[in-house]
Amino acid sequence: MKAPLSWILDHVDVPAGTTTDEITDRLTLTGLKLEAIESPGRDITGPLVVGRVLTMEPEPQKNGKTINWCTVDVGDANGTGEPQGIVCGAHNFAPGDLVVTVLPGGVLPGGFEIGARKTYGHLSAGMICSARELGLGEDHDGIIVLPADAGSPGEDVRPLLGLDEETIEFEINPDRAYALSIRGIAREVLVSVEGATGFRDPALRDTPAANGEGHPVVVEDAEGCPVFVARTVTGFDPTAPTPDFMVRRITAAGMRPISLAVDVTNYVMLETGRPIHGYDADKVQGALVVRRARDGERLTTLDGASRTLDPGDLVVTDDSGIIGLGGVMGGETTEISGATTSILVEAAHWDAVSMYRTGRRHKITSEAGKRNERGVDPTICEAAADRVVELLVEHGGAQAHPGVTVVGSAPAIAPVEVSGDLAARVSGMDITEERSVECLRAVGCEVTGSGTLSVIPPPWRPDLTDAQDFSEEVIRLVGYDLVPSVLPTPPSGRGLTRPQQLRRRIGRTLAGEGFVEVVTFPFIGTEDLDALGLAPDDPRRDVLRLSNPLSAEAGYMTTTLLPGVLRAAGKNVGHGTTDLAIFETGTVTLPRHSGPAAILPVDRRPTKEELAALDAALPAQPLHLAVVAAGDAVAGGWWGAARPVSWSDAVDAVRSVADALGLEVTAAAVELAPWHPGRCAELSVDGEVVGHAGEVHPKVCDAFGLPRRTVAAEVDLDLLIARAVHLRQAPAFSSYPVAKEDVALVVDDSVPAAEVEAALREGAGELLESIRLFDVYTGEQVGDGKKSLAFALRFRAADRTLKEGESAAARDAAVALAAERTGAVQRS
Amino acid sequence: MSGPNTDYDPVEVTPLKSEEVEAMREAALAAIAGAADLDALKQVRLDHAGDRSPLALANREIGALPPQARKEAGQRVGQARGAINQALAARQVVLEAEHEERMLAEETVDVSLPTTRRPRGGRHPLTLQSELIADLFVAMGYEVAEGPVVEAEWLNFDALNLGPDHPARTMQDTFWTEPADHHVVLRTQTSPVQARTMLTRRPPIYVVCPGRVFRTDEYDATHSPMFHQVEGLVVDEGITMAHLKGTLDHFASQLFGDGITTRFRPSYFPFTEPSAEVDVKCFVCLGSGTGVDSDACRTCRGEGWIEWGGCGVVNPRVLVACGVDPEVYSGFAFGMGIDRSFMFRHNLEDLRPLFEGDVRFSSAFGTEI
Ligand SMILES: [Zn+2]
Repeated sequence: MKAPLSWILDHVDVPAGTTTDEITDRLTLTGLKLEAIESPGRDITGPLVVGRVLTMEPEPQKNGKTINWCTVDVGDANGTGEPQGIVCGAHNFAPGDLVVTVLPGGVLPGGFEIGARKTYGHLSAGMICSARELGLGEDHDGIIVLPADAGSPGEDVRPLLGLDEETIEFEINPDRAYALSIRGIAREVLVSVEGATGFRDPALRDTPAANGEGHPVVVEDAEGCPVFVARTVTGFDPTAPTPDFMVRRITAAGMRPISLAVDVTNYVMLETGRPIHGYDADKVQGALVVRRARDGERLTTLDGASRTLDPGDLVVTDDSGIIGLGGVMGGETTEISGATTSILVEAAHWDAVSMYRTGRRHKITSEAGKRNERGVDPTICEAAADRVVELLVEHGGAQAHPGVTVVGSAPAIAPVEVSGDLAARVSGMDITEERSVECLRAVGCEVTGSGTLSVIPPPWRPDLTDAQDFSEEVIRLVGYDLVPSVLPTPPSGRGLTRPQQLRRRIGRTLAGEGFVEVVTFPFIGTEDLDALGLAPDDPRRDVLRLSNPLSAEAGYMTTTLLPGVLRAAGKNVGHGTTDLAIFETGTVTLPRHSGPAAILPVDRRPTKEELAALDAALPAQPLHLAVVAAGDAVAGGWWGAARPVSWSDAVDAVRSVADALGLEVTAAAVELAPWHPGRCAELSVDGEVVGHAGEVHPKVCDAFGLPRRTVAAEVDLDLLIARAVHLRQAPAFSSYPVAKEDVALVVDDSVPAAEVEAALREGAGELLESIRLFDVYTGEQVGDGKKSLAFALRFRAADRTLKEGESAAARDAAVALAAERTGAVQRS
Repeated sequence: MSGPNTDYDPVEVTPLKSEEVEAMREAALAAIAGAADLDALKQVRLDHAGDRSPLALANREIGALPPQARKEAGQRVGQARGAINQALAARQVVLEAEHEERMLAEETVDVSLPTTRRPRGGRHPLTLQSELIADLFVAMGYEVAEGPVVEAEWLNFDALNLGPDHPARTMQDTFWTEPADHHVVLRTQTSPVQARTMLTRRPPIYVVCPGRVFRTDEYDATHSPMFHQVEGLVVDEGITMAHLKGTLDHFASQLFGDGITTRFRPSYFPFTEPSAEVDVKCFVCLGSGTGVDSDACRTCRGEGWIEWGGCGVVNPRVLVACGVDPEVYSGFAFGMGIDRSFMFRHNLEDLRPLFEGDVRFSSAFGTEI
């Protein structure tokens, strides 16, 4: 809400010398937050005065233009009292006119400094200003000609043009709808600013009583429209201009002046907070009827939109049919035009919820709707309509029709019981009951009783419904700045949960391994899933769709972290970071296609079953980890050649995480997008698949702008964390000597090394301490389609030195089992 | 230096003359002293102390001497050989030391060479900021609560006193999911975690909930469809606004430095009543609003205070919906933007680097902030 200060001060007095900052500081502290103070003349400094044109001599120029060489009386403003010689390019004035003159030393908006300068053969000492040059609009057709009685030469022109007007912009919270009006803001000034007095309520006026002569109105839905006031003016002059002060105030408040009739309704809305609708009375046929719309009914609203109405919409009809969406927007057929001479003024109170729903349904946001849906004082309809009539008569030459229609009345407001010490108990301050009552009365409440107070909120505060609401009113007036600072004493906490600790451990582990964490948005589109090369039936294509995504490319909640990290990796490569290792942890969304999540009641705690059903209706959201690495894993340098990343780096990233959790990961070949079909590992822990790692498919690399051989992994961290070893056992190790045995086994290329190792491990028996694959050889010596795997085995007994031949026997047993299981042949 | 003595005639050899032995000894000692390196010394050892050295040969001749001369000659030769072996050993030590010194000198490297074979890893600054904040509260005895980001409408709104027709609902531009009648949203705030906490724990409750939240804001320098919040919730007997103020003052001083306090301004949130905006005293200008060169402080734009978040006393309606008896318990709640806190704490004006995944950004913060 933007409110011109002068308008506020029309309705309340502050002590002389109170600055704008003091007022806004106080209002901010009591709940109307200052957003900005605007002033149209803010960027103008120096002498800007009324000038009277004494002479003007047109002088044609070589360039075809004609300039006017003028002398202008600026009184004593130039220090000499002599006329000021000024060259002016405009022609829309004559000698004797009053004009706006900026003298040398002045600065206009845009930092435009005015001086005396030689131009067109004259010394031009100043400038005669147009509205645009003063920042007052785009009108550059000519200079501003002031009314003949505007002032005398030399007088400061700022007040005459409203350039010194300060407009305060407030941020209005939804519970303070009453402050969407000068009336509400002035009242806040009264209760907030020390020494403020003399509140003059613009909605407090003597209004003519209802009579049977007004325009007939029938309200069929009194719940939707408890009050409907109609007044009429006739003989209105549609050409009458809107007075300057009104244009200035409406403009300052952020609305566009349109015509006197429309401007008056907006002016009264800004002043009182009560939205007004004006009909061209000559176009209205018969009685106005307020009712709910019927299915399929249509209306073309003022904005030209043809709308299909909903049975929940409140409409105003006449004999011709629907002529307006009540409280939200009028219809085209009865719109006030440039030929309107009779105006039917509607000031009605509408049900806020209906207003909110209709506004949302038809996507209409308007100044009227904003107020109606938040709640307006229902008791001021008559006053607001009367004020409109008054202004139309005063400025539009209209006559007030004697008829006054008032249908319905403002609903009574029930008292609320508020404990007298509630404000003290809520705030932790010493606030007496007496002080509470005083504050409540200050904001307009009627308070009776003691101990337990009976409080009736004022009609402009529909937000005050619960006892606790009243405590806020008291505390904000006592002062939020006085709330003491006291630390509560929580019971002993249990610290981070184990999963929370492990998630931190995982992040630190990966950072230690050289991976940099990224955070990306979890939104994807079909393109991303296609870019991954997912098969049509890939479960990762089963996405949760957003109803209102920011863009079609971000229409789904992602089922995999890979698109995000691959995109991020591609961006890094694009920025020239070609050696890269990144990771991301985040939840993915896996739809469960279960039923709706119920809207439960709020007046009681939901049952266990209700809560369980709520959770079951949500998609699964496991925590995933994704890593991507590209370029060189180890840079080349004086120490030697670079080592490019390999599929094994992706697997090892997962292993490092598993190690940190005390888990062992086994890898098995699998074909899965987006990985290279021959270089993808399915990773398992205790026989359960936890994720995949390997080299990214070349096509996928291309799609994400990544170099070939980029590697990636994605695992389900929830599965890993659930299996994490909690208490690791202390190791026992032997101090007897180790016996080492190396074996080289030739197997078919297709035999996984892990299988050979598993067989060796099992065959070697209890004496085996460790086994390590230290070489893989393919080539002539082992033959086509074969590979040689070289293992180092270490044997040791816990309680003795191994006897001669014992380790060799164990080795032979190991080789024998490997041969049996995998067809391995020992190389001689 | 003398070569191996091959042309002697044992018959003609008379008792070894002391001058001759002395000469051999002198020649050997001179050769030892002259050996420049260990290889030369090895040769000297062969020549002067080896089996075919003059003294060794002389020693063999001793047996042929008359008995009376034998003892004398034996003594003389023995002493000479002793002196030579001693000199050899001493020279060996010296030359070995010299050799080692030279070898180490030759192995000198340029220690200013680069050593980093691969870039360092790092964690995302928002993760670090979240953990830092969680730790501050854990230190006070709080626990860290969590909940899903794809959330039931009822928990995100209704349970928090944001009924279906509450105007504040449109203020939180919500991402809805399909089908619309399933009432599932992307949480617009971490507050549903508070509701979940009250629904699953009994008071006293002291929790913080950091996490991701979503709003349909177009992505620009100051808006993001996804951002991070941390909310706190306390439900206990006798909790007041004063406890809220004390907690946030403590939080502010822990996060921004000693003496940094907070300021409350009335505000509106459906789930709290009374509600307040929280400003934190600018930790750069310490509230003066003045920056370097007496210009306005850049961090707080000359205000002296920085908008930090929202807070309030838990609305009794929320307690009821979450099964907490408002006659017995009261509570407070607060919420701050983690991204926003990070931005003004670390002087970041455009939030987009937080979500672009550029490793140059995350790396700058290492593994702790
Ligand atoms: Zn500052």
